Amino acid sequence: MHQFIDRRQNPKGKSLGNRQRFIRRARAQIKEVVNKSVRDRSITDVASGETVTIPTKGIGEPRFSHSSKGGTRERVFAGNKEFETGDRIPKPQQGEGGGGKQATDQGDGEDEFQFALSRDEFLDLFFEDLELPNLVKTTLKEIVSFSRHRAGFSRVGNPSNLDVARTMRNSLGRRIALARPKDSTLDDLRRQISALEARTGRSDDDERKLQALIEELEGLERRRKIVGFIDPFDVRYRYNEQRPEPNTNAVMFCLMDVSGSMGQREKDLAKRFFVLLHMFLKRRYEHVDVVFIRHTHEASEVDEETFFYSPQTGGTVVSTALREMAAVLADRYPTDTWNIYAAQASDGENFSGDSERCVALLHQELMPFCQYFTYVEIIDEREMGLFGDSESGAALWQAYRTVKEQWHNFEMKRIAKPGDIYPAFRELFAKQVEQA
Amino acid sequence: MGAKRKVQPLFEEPDWSFERLSAAFDAIEDVALKDLGLDVYPNQIEIISSEQMLDAYSSLGMPLMYPHWSFGKRFAREEKMYRKGYTGLAYEIVINSNPCISYVMEENTMALQTLVMAHAAFGHNHFFKNNYLFRQWTDADGVLDYFQYAKAFIATCEEKAGMEVVEDTLDAAHALMDQAVFRYRRPRELTSRELKARAQEAQDYKDRTFSDLWRTVPQLHDGEPESETEKELAERMRQHKLPEENVLFFIERNSPVLEPWQREVLRIVRTIAQYFYPQRQTKVMNEGCATFVHHYIANELYDRGLLTEGTMLEILHSHANVVFQADFDDPRYSGLNPYALGFAMMQDIQRMCMDPTPEDKEWFPEIAGNGDWRGTLKDAWANYRDESFILQYLSPRLIREFKLFALTDDADDSHLRVSGIHDEDGYRQVREMLARGYDPGVIDPDIQVVDVDLKRDRQLHLRHHMRKGIPLAEKSRDEVLKHARRLWGYDVSMACVDADSGAERGRISTADWSDDEAAEG
Repeated sequence: MHQFIDRRQNPKGKSLGNRQRFIRRARAQIKEVVNKSVRDRSITDVASGETVTIPTKGIGEPRFSHSSKGGTRERVFAGNKEFETGDRIPKPQQGEGGGGKQATDQGDGEDEFQFALSRDEFLDLFFEDLELPNLVKTTLKEIVSFSRHRAGFSRVGNPSNLDVARTMRNSLGRRIALARPKDSTLDDLRRQISALEARTGRSDDDERKLQALIEELEGLERRRKIVGFIDPFDVRYRYNEQRPEPNTNAVMFCLMDVSGSMGQREKDLAKRFFVLLHMFLKRRYEHVDVVFIRHTHEASEVDEETFFYSPQTGGTVVSTALREMAAVLADRYPTDTWNIYAAQASDGENFSGDSERCVALLHQELMPFCQYFTYVEIIDEREMGLFGDSESGAALWQAYRTVKEQWHNFEMKRIAKPGDIYPAFRELFAKQVEQA
Repeated sequence: MGAKRKVQPLFEEPDWSFERLSAAFDAIEDVALKDLGLDVYPNQIEIISSEQMLDAYSSLGMPLMYPHWSFGKRFAREEKMYRKGYTGLAYEIVINSNPCISYVMEENTMALQTLVMAHAAFGHNHFFKNNYLFRQWTDADGVLDYFQYAKAFIATCEEKAGMEVVEDTLDAAHALMDQAVFRYRRPRELTSRELKARAQEAQDYKDRTFSDLWRTVPQLHDGEPESETEKELAERMRQHKLPEENVLFFIERNSPVLEPWQREVLRIVRTIAQYFYPQRQTKVMNEGCATFVHHYIANELYDRGLLTEGTMLEILHSHANVVFQADFDDPRYSGLNPYALGFAMMQDIQRMCMDPTPEDKEWFPEIAGNGDWRGTLKDAWANYRDESFILQYLSPRLIREFKLFALTDDADDSHLRVSGIHDEDGYRQVREMLARGYDPGVIDPDIQVVDVDLKRDRQLHLRHHMRKGIPLAEKSRDEVLKHARRLWGYDVSMACVDADSGAERGRISTADWSDDEAAEG
């Protein structure tokens, strides 16, 4: 007796629950690894998820087990080549080599546990506790687009929305319930009638029968007219309703000073910050556009490659970049359909007198439309001590501080080394409890 | 090989279909039952995908395991190994239940499915149904229901008590899982009526045989009367039926702090440990039996013309991979391959029954040349475990074939000593040592509950009988003791006693650790 059962359609991922339990359990360790990978590695391969190795502390499953040292042990091996009874063999170092791999001592061995974290799990941990500022407010405010969703059926509607299957099902039910005579019954009657009519020399009996048949046929035909094949009662239309769609588009403006004072180091740091922001937005929005605007004493929109790697010389006039951004904004990204984020990176230098212009631009043209504007100032590591205090700083920094006072969706931060980026990023986007 | 009759092969296509599986199954069953005379549970064969195989893998091969993070950890590791291509997946998983459930992978070719069905649905199945350990200790009829119950029970506990508390209890119970089995069959517990009857009988006997004369006979150890503490200890040991090697059982019954649901959780863990205990003791035999059966059946089907040559080659290729034994100095070596050893021993038994050498006749007079290899094998499958099977049946010829040699590793010696090789003097030595290596009584640490005074400090005293001077791994020992303390609710101490001399070699107690230390981990 036997039975085959096809289980392939059964849900897989039965272990997902256990896996989540495990990740929750090892959360602290995994998170440390995740954060570290951002600090030390290139950001582009961070996002793909990765193999993480975590210490087994906290996720060990201890059992009583024999130590690998001490005492007298006897073991049998296969494949003797030249040994004779009584031979003495020098002990291999740390149990490897000649003796072959020995049964591992699970108690003491294995200090690290390695496994692969999926991209989603990775990003979840990575952006844990981070929140897009004012996300809720704007999605509510900006319910502007509507989309049509199927929502059941209706008795009235546009012929193009007629649901034939549903209508026919109703019609069939009604026809059965009200006993609408079938075509075959009618055909049968007609055949009988014509058979009788065709007969010559009908008896009275036949005549009576013919009469009865004809009457029955007429009755049925009347009934067929009353109980129609399709009644308006049967007709159903597909019903669509308009549902407001939260805005799922975001555009991210990357503004960067590329004048001579910004070396490759500064650009790299800025890039990392931009990539982080991009990854973060990607998790929240279906569609994220990125606009790169670089500036020296004049600003232009460029592609990514040029933005990060193409050298350009010139002075430093920050306001040109802001003006360019305002132009792009007006041109391509209407604020009712786009969530606008901006990140500006600079070394803090600016043409004297230009900072005031920047402030004015921000106040009037940018901040009212921006979801969030972050400014990161990339400084020398040696200067970090000097300017660690947010009070002090060059003209641009000082000018931006006045913006920050007025707009709570404006944030600024200083970065000196790769290790600073993630903490700074976290600080910028940490859930803002006090403002909520 | 017999002359081939004109028979249509069962299948020629490499891919499987349910019709082909069914036809192959019937052919296999025919050989298994009529030729080999196997005795099996009804079979239920389930086709699963590789993801599902990974799932099953990580929860001890049981489809109905309760949720626990450690299974998730196993899953994470298996998944990584599999995705990176370090390891393949097993072709099948088989569950000791009635009906016997075999999971086979959809990726297998038809040839592999044939092999796997013969292997699992008949080889393992016969072993599960007939081996004495499984018959004594596992309840094939009820096991699936029990796992279902356990899963539901633990889910209810999580709902009521909270996931973390349940997880802590399970963690602690898992730590003692190796100390949660009864090694020997216990007598049935007597009902209160039987107990009363027995007491009455004892009293009657005393009354009948009373003679005042005995009082005048001097007592044997009259000179040194037992001290009060010794008497109390004896009384406590009697009361708690100590010593007790099933530590988890003892805690479940006597812990002063556990909630009723926690006791039930321990019981579940204990039951599961007991369910898997026979499998740990019969790895070589179980795999050997299944491998022998699939090998025999495949050859028989081929001889009958039911398998094409291509199929047979594929089956033999897989078979050869399964029974591959690397030499000790090979990087692939990871101990003796239970498939290889078991299969070789069983083929050897078949050979000895049918075609014995003078050496076989000398070593195995009972079976050599008895002509009934089927009966001999079935007897071995039913009545032995790895340790006794090797001790009984490993022949000098196989020892030579595997070139087995024994090493003695003494901690005080700077060198390893070759204590026996595959020669006349070494056969018995090697065989005994190898058999001992499969005895859970030897490879598992011997830990017992020896004393607890529930009226005073309630400290739970464990004793580790140290064999051959091999100590416990300290780090894991301390962790397990912390878990034990959590379940027991009071301090737990462990004395290490030399098994030969009885001398105490050390004692540790959770009471000596600071609270922080005891709380962590």
